[in-house]
Amino acid sequence: MSSTSRQEFGHLSRATALKAYLARRRQDRIETYALPFLGIATLLFAWWAVVAGFHVRPFIAPSPFLVVRTLITNRGLLLDNLIPTAVEAVGGFLIGNLAAIAVAILFVSSKPLQKIFFPVAVILNSIPVVAKAPILILIMGSGLAPKTTIAAFVCFFPTLVNMLEGLSSVDPQVMELMQIISASRTQILFKVRFYNSLPYLFSSMRIAASMSVIGAVVGEWIGSTKGIGALILQATYAFDTGLLYSAILMSTLLAGAFFVVIAYFEKITIVWPAEAPH
Amino acid sequence: MEKDSRDRAATAPPVDAGSCIRCSDVSVDFFKGEGSFTAIEHLTLDVAKGEFLTLLGPSGCGKSTLLRLVAGLIQPSDGFVEVLGTTPATARRRRNIGFVFQDAALLPWRTALENVALPIEVSHEAVHERMRRCEEMLEFMGLGARRHAYPHELSGGMRQRVSIARALVSSPKILLMDEPFAALDEITRDRLNEELRRIWKETGVTILFVTHGVDEAAYLGQRVLMLAANPGRIKEIVPVNLAQDRTLRVRETREFIQLAAHLRNLMGEGS
Repeated sequence: MSSTSRQEFGHLSRATALKAYLARRRQDRIETYALPFLGIATLLFAWWAVVAGFHVRPFIAPSPFLVVRTLITNRGLLLDNLIPTAVEAVGGFLIGNLAAIAVAILFVSSKPLQKIFFPVAVILNSIPVVAKAPILILIMGSGLAPKTTIAAFVCFFPTLVNMLEGLSSVDPQVMELMQIISASRTQILFKVRFYNSLPYLFSSMRIAASMSVIGAVVGEWIGSTKGIGALILQATYAFDTGLLYSAILMSTLLAGAFFVVIAYFEKITIVWPAEAPH
Repeated sequence: MEKDSRDRAATAPPVDAGSCIRCSDVSVDFFKGEGSFTAIEHLTLDVAKGEFLTLLGPSGCGKSTLLRLVAGLIQPSDGFVEVLGTTPATARRRRNIGFVFQDAALLPWRTALENVALPIEVSHEAVHERMRRCEEMLEFMGLGARRHAYPHELSGGMRQRVSIARALVSSPKILLMDEPFAALDEITRDRLNEELRRIWKETGVTILFVTHGVDEAAYLGQRVLMLAANPGRIKEIVPVNLAQDRTLRVRETREFIQLAAHLRNLMGEGS
């Protein structure tokens, strides 16, 4: 065999290998994006099959078609109630996380302060949300304030714990470096500790995004005439399962959208490979 | 008698340009739990201005402790340390000390250039005016083209170059290096060893270089400070009588091989 033909043979097989690789990659992509939809479709079909097959009556559980119909006919009502819930969740998320960041910075700057007040935070956190809600509604009335506060409470503790960890888990060599270049405590805080804590912060904010919606909904259960939580209660008492399931779907979509927004901000902020709990 | 005089010659700094670092009868104790252990005991050392001193010894001999002592990061339990005629802490505040760590210790959220600029930022100097110097420093370390790369986009050798640029950016008089090339592959380590000698010659900086590599210690240093462990103390100060403008090929010469053998023997004798 001449060297030319061997080369051609080798070239040909490498081209074939590349083609096969690209085809396999395309297949993988399709599977990554298409298969989850298959799962959702299966769930919807099973739901419909159970409701239709066992003749489940609409006041026990609706069929998927009834939910879709309700979503369309009651879209005004659903959106009117989604807005206050979203405002409470986002407001609570911002207040809870900002407060947690501030307290964590305070704790890291003063160890005695942390030793005195961290147990208080643990105790407050151990009160269940459904128990905190009535207390806050008695104090703050029935407006947006108590629900926002509940959502803030729900976000506060996980972020406090994560921020404390993120602010204090700096590489010891980096701390030595900062000492050698005679950096002040404030410079260490803002140039090192803060950045070091960002992956930890986003990790807790991703969880807080959906938790804040839960907090707002629970707050609305206890005392409200507006919001997704109130709508869920009203629909349940009226055996309006179409509306009940639609309301649940709306709060799920809200939490999901919120999560995606936070994940997006995380992606554009954390441009370095970071080790953080997930 | 002959050995005595040779020892004395070795203990004295090779160039008589004035003392840069002076440790007088220094001891360091660390306290842990109920007890304490002695990292360094009765160590006396004189380092001349512009000297390249390598510190060699087994683990636990207090090599790193000695560097941290000179940097003023830890205080001696006994004796005193003088750096450039003042205390280590003052020398550090005057930005006379640069430090290079084993694993570069770069901030992962900063680009190469931003990492080099950190000491200047911290010292409240006009950063924009000094940015030129940071870029020159990176250029000097052969990384001008990668100035906007993040540490995770650089190889281990490049990261260590960035950290050397960061240590040199405030023009320190003393460069302390704690096993800076230990985690690198041999080819990269050789190249950085040659570069470090170039930097030393061009800047005239005094270097204390900790290593556990015998060849590295002998190639780089003008003197090798051989330490013994438990407790850390000076075993011998070995002068390096190799050509000043040596290349890595010097490692193939008879003098180098004899010197390395002597150092290995000292290491092997144990404490």
